[in-house]
Amino acid sequence: MHGRVKVKSTAQQEEEKRKEREKKLKVYLSARDAVFSKKSNGVLDEEALQLTQQLLSSNPDFATLWNFRREILLHLETVKEEEEMQKLYELELLFTESCLKVNPKSYGSWHHRGWVSSRLPRPDWPRELSLCDRCLSVDERNFHCWDYRRFVVKASGVPVSQELRFTDRLIGSNFSNYSSWHYRSTLLPLLQPGTPSPCRKPAHVSPTASPQTHGHRVCEEQLLKEYELVQNAFFTDPNDQSAWFYYRWLLGRAEREEMISCVYVSREGERVTVAFSKLVNAPAEGLVLVLDGQPQQVEWRSVHPLFRHSPVWLCELPPGSISDINNEHNLTVHWTEKHTHRDCALYTGRLESWCRDSATDQELFRSELSIEKTSVLQSELQSCGQLLELEPQNKWCLLTTILLMRALDPLGHERETLAHFQTLKEVDPMRSSYYSDLCSKFMIENTILKMEYAEVRVFSLSDKNLSTLCHLDQLLLVTHINLSSNQLLKLPPQFAMLHCLKVLEADNNAIENLEGLYQLPKLEDVSLRNNHISKLSTLEPLVSCPKLIRLDLRGNPITKTANIQAELAQLLPSVTDLLI
Amino acid sequence: MAADNLPSEFDVVILGTGLTESVLAAACSRVGQKVLHLDRRNYYAGNWASFTFNSLLSWIQEYKAQQEMPSTESDQAWVGKIEEGEDMLPLSSVDSSIINLEVFSYASEESEDEEVVTPSVANSFPKDSEAANEEPSGSSVEPQHSDSPGDRTQGAAEPPKQETEPSEACKNRQMPETQQSNQSEESDKQEQPITRPAEAPIELNKRITYAKLLKEGRRFNIDLVSKLLYSRGSLVDLLIKSNVSRYAEFKNVNRILICRDGRVKQVPCSRADVFGSKQLNVVEKRMLMKFLTFCLDFEQHPEEFQGFSEKPFWEFLKSQKLTENLQHFVLHSISMADQEILTEEGLKATQHFLQCLGRYGNTPFLFPLYGLGEIPQCFCRMCAVFGGIYCLRHSVQCLVVDKESGKCKAVIDTHGQRISCNHFVVEDSYIREEQRTKTSHRQISRAVVITDRSVLSYESDQQISLVTVPPLEFSSPAVRAVELSSSSMTCMPGTYLVHLTCPASGSAREDLAPVISNLFHVPNSSGEEPMQGSEETEKPLALWVMYFNMRDTSGLDSSCYSLPSNVHVCTGPDASLGCDYSIKLAESMFNQLLPDEEFCPPAPNPEDIIYDGDGAPGEGASFEETNHAERSGPEGEGQPQENGQPSSESSEPAESTDSVAPETNTESKVQISPTEE
Repeated sequence: MHGRVKVKSTAQQEEEKRKEREKKLKVYLSARDAVFSKKSNGVLDEEALQLTQQLLSSNPDFATLWNFRREILLHLETVKEEEEMQKLYELELLFTESCLKVNPKSYGSWHHRGWVSSRLPRPDWPRELSLCDRCLSVDERNFHCWDYRRFVVKASGVPVSQELRFTDRLIGSNFSNYSSWHYRSTLLPLLQPGTPSPCRKPAHVSPTASPQTHGHRVCEEQLLKEYELVQNAFFTDPNDQSAWFYYRWLLGRAEREEMISCVYVSREGERVTVAFSKLVNAPAEGLVLVLDGQPQQVEWRSVHPLFRHSPVWLCELPPGSISDINNEHNLTVHWTEKHTHRDCALYTGRLESWCRDSATDQELFRSELSIEKTSVLQSELQSCGQLLELEPQNKWCLLTTILLMRALDPLGHERETLAHFQTLKEVDPMRSSYYSDLCSKFMIENTILKMEYAEVRVFSLSDKNLSTLCHLDQLLLVTHINLSSNQLLKLPPQFAMLHCLKVLEADNNAIENLEGLYQLPKLEDVSLRNNHISKLSTLEPLVSCPKLIRLDLRGNPITKTANIQAELAQLLPSVTDLLI
Repeated sequence: MAADNLPSEFDVVILGTGLTESVLAAACSRVGQKVLHLDRRNYYAGNWASFTFNSLLSWIQEYKAQQEMPSTESDQAWVGKIEEGEDMLPLSSVDSSIINLEVFSYASEESEDEEVVTPSVANSFPKDSEAANEEPSGSSVEPQHSDSPGDRTQGAAEPPKQETEPSEACKNRQMPETQQSNQSEESDKQEQPITRPAEAPIELNKRITYAKLLKEGRRFNIDLVSKLLYSRGSLVDLLIKSNVSRYAEFKNVNRILICRDGRVKQVPCSRADVFGSKQLNVVEKRMLMKFLTFCLDFEQHPEEFQGFSEKPFWEFLKSQKLTENLQHFVLHSISMADQEILTEEGLKATQHFLQCLGRYGNTPFLFPLYGLGEIPQCFCRMCAVFGGIYCLRHSVQCLVVDKESGKCKAVIDTHGQRISCNHFVVEDSYIREEQRTKTSHRQISRAVVITDRSVLSYESDQQISLVTVPPLEFSSPAVRAVELSSSSMTCMPGTYLVHLTCPASGSAREDLAPVISNLFHVPNSSGEEPMQGSEETEKPLALWVMYFNMRDTSGLDSSCYSLPSNVHVCTGPDASLGCDYSIKLAESMFNQLLPDEEFCPPAPNPEDIIYDGDGAPGEGASFEETNHAERSGPEGEGQPQENGQPSSESSEPAESTDSVAPETNTESKVQISPTEE
């Protein structure tokens, strides 16, 4: 009887498929050659359009062909009526759409679509938006489509509120999608309080601008809604990082004001040291040093030759300009680029002087999270505490709690912060070094604060598991530093910012690198007992410290080297008190 | 009829086109067995069928006719076909698997063009089934008192307020009907005295009249069995494995709802739901997520439920840090457990539910476009592609049993033809009482309601929802409702089709009427209009309600029948939500029939099939057409034989790159594709 089914064998199928492929390849190659010959002969006709279309529909990532296609279209623009071009470009849109179906992440196709849309005499933006919708519903993380969407939104002036609703929808269907959260963070600053749906003119919208650069920008009412939304996300799934990242953005990361934070002047050496609130390249910033009303020709240099950008810069005044201890001098550093300056008076009889804002004045270390209304942060801390009770092991929650505590009261929460860091290292051992560094940073900040409150120039932070050093620009005025019994591996180049340092204690670490002990004009006493210094070359930076007289290297591998005493004496002739 | 020249030899003859039989037919045909697949009805899928509104009315009419004149089992002209040494074993010609059928129509009787000015009160009188049967071309049928609710003693479960009025109203309606030509005016006049003039303005444009239902009747595909597909259940697995999936399209069930304290709420079950839920606070969200995450791999954490292995699931839930609200959600809507279910079983059910999430959407369930009745037809189609022969309205009168071996050698069909076979597979409803060793049956209570809006309106009106109504009393079973919108292609736009199901304790109406009056506004003729703004007006209006009980034979096995060993009985649909029972049954029967063959191996792509014999493969396959015609109304198109013409599919090949990835827009159709994983 009929209808009995026989199925082709796999060998048969293979053979058929192979033949099919061969045939396809032949067609493809001959079309490619035809296009290339047209291209080299400058033939910009519709047949070439046809051929490139044929090739691109099987391989939409052939960038040369897209370029050729655009050349042809631009040429056709010169010979055809607008109406005809409209039709032609509409066909292009259909064509790129079909290419995107083949490869939704084709750079060439998306770029071409954007180009066509911008050439189209009468663009149909709603259609483009709905294309994006469709595309993102299939793959909500297709960044090509996100880019294109931003392009369309910008070109067609879609209201911010509408886009915000769009992200609402995407986040609602899957909140593990950082693209949507990020888009939200670019939209919120554009949402003006009081104006429900401001129709933005394209020129004002700069969605590419990083959200961090908008200072404090989201109105409070909206902010509270955002907190609620994001809390829903991290209570639902506390292990999803996109919500936590967005949360941290919401809590804010205020930019520090650009300013000269400290001017220090020392008669000895006739040197001026300037600290800035951010890394700068001083020679390029138009710094002007005015001494007693006279602009000075000075050469700015960073504290270490490694730094082109640094928060601390120094210069030598012309010899004899301030060395007279019986005279008072007035000094001003102008930062012309930023229209700011700082004065410093060097009084009679003084060897040094400075003028600065202290870290406590600036609430410097709270700016990790913004100086948001304390009440808001307080209630956020409560929410995190609630979650932490349910999920004591959740690293995101622990970390955010730490950040909130720091923003609210860094010294008051120190003990809890340390405990949370301990838990973090246990639950997330893969990142324990990161947590150690972060914890070190916070400990240093706290110590700086304590030092400021005590109004001393002594920085002591021993036996606190420090793994790294930071904020060294804040230690410009410190004369005595004790870093003993930590886990430091090196004294980094930034250490050269401690321009007033006289005594350094860093016993019982694992230091094997002393790059930062470079050109410290006042350094006299260095104690590095029980570290990992093994080579003479390691000590070479010390050569640049003119006043070094005491060096303690006991318990370092280098002491085992034969003839070390003599070699050290030769390397560091100024050291009179060498302990090995 | 082509059936006259049916071949006289088959490997397997299958009687009945329900899901189990159809899967078995496809499986046998796929491995090269000659299959004859018959059904005495003029439509596919037996009790699994889907009907248009109009054809459902005919089905109801047939049922009524059968109730009125129960045809007796007649032993006919097979005597001549029996040879020496053979016995005959007659089959039943009467289907008694449906009982207690009752129909109420509450839709307005006005013709369509009058609907704009119709006051609401006049629309809302109950009618009994006879009026419903008056199709435009139909004939009037005398009222059947035996079935009318007025004669029935009231079920104890019914709320007292509703107790007298509806039955009163029904009695009113039981006066002899006039001719159908002026039916609608007549009934209007009759109803005038008991309706108040319209006072309040009403939403005119939303009114759906009975005439409209009839006119748009073809847009309905009303299932007799209400089930969903678990997206990781055995049916979906089978559809994928066998490539039968190419014949069907599905919709995601969008929402899981629960009716609690008279209010319908959405149950947050997926991650996205929990995130978006407005009714849970953040701590509840965390607790629910934590619990559900635990359930996903509960086997790994036996310490968590150690003390509860012999205790019911609900006790375990109580011991967890879940609020009462959450306990309720988990118990009734996620585990769908009844009160007795033990902890481990409950955890397993919850786990299964969760594992099904996200494969095709935010709920674990799929529903086939055009109704569940599509699914058996898809398998029939597969059977036909591989040479199975189909005859509808064609049955078997009796089996020919070899006295010596006690086996069934052949069957004699309703045309008197003797057809020999190695195996005979038959749906339970064809078995006579004499062959049963067990005569009492469980029943499933079913109701079908056509309503004018969703039980929980939402931004989009195209939701497909599963609604659980937990029992009022501790011991009784929960009622399950599936609310279908027109996007499922089972009802006309502007209406919703609601299927209610529960294991029967009384008649379907006794079991389900209280739930229906809880969920919907069921008008009554006493003129008692719900106060504007009262709770009643916010409920969807029940336009048309049908109740029936279906026999649940799922517990029966071969020991319940005295039949030859090569006669295999397919029991009917069970009361559970998934289709797993029927699929597993088909597989185990297949393994019994053909122990050495693979069950439903992947079917080759149509282009890889070589056809010999007559001509090229039929493009636009005949089956397709029949299917279509079938859908638009069973009566009329005989087309009983699907003569094995292999159909080549127009649907895209299985390796199509277009297959929808999981977690896509839930509004879109879902194509289950074997390449999906």
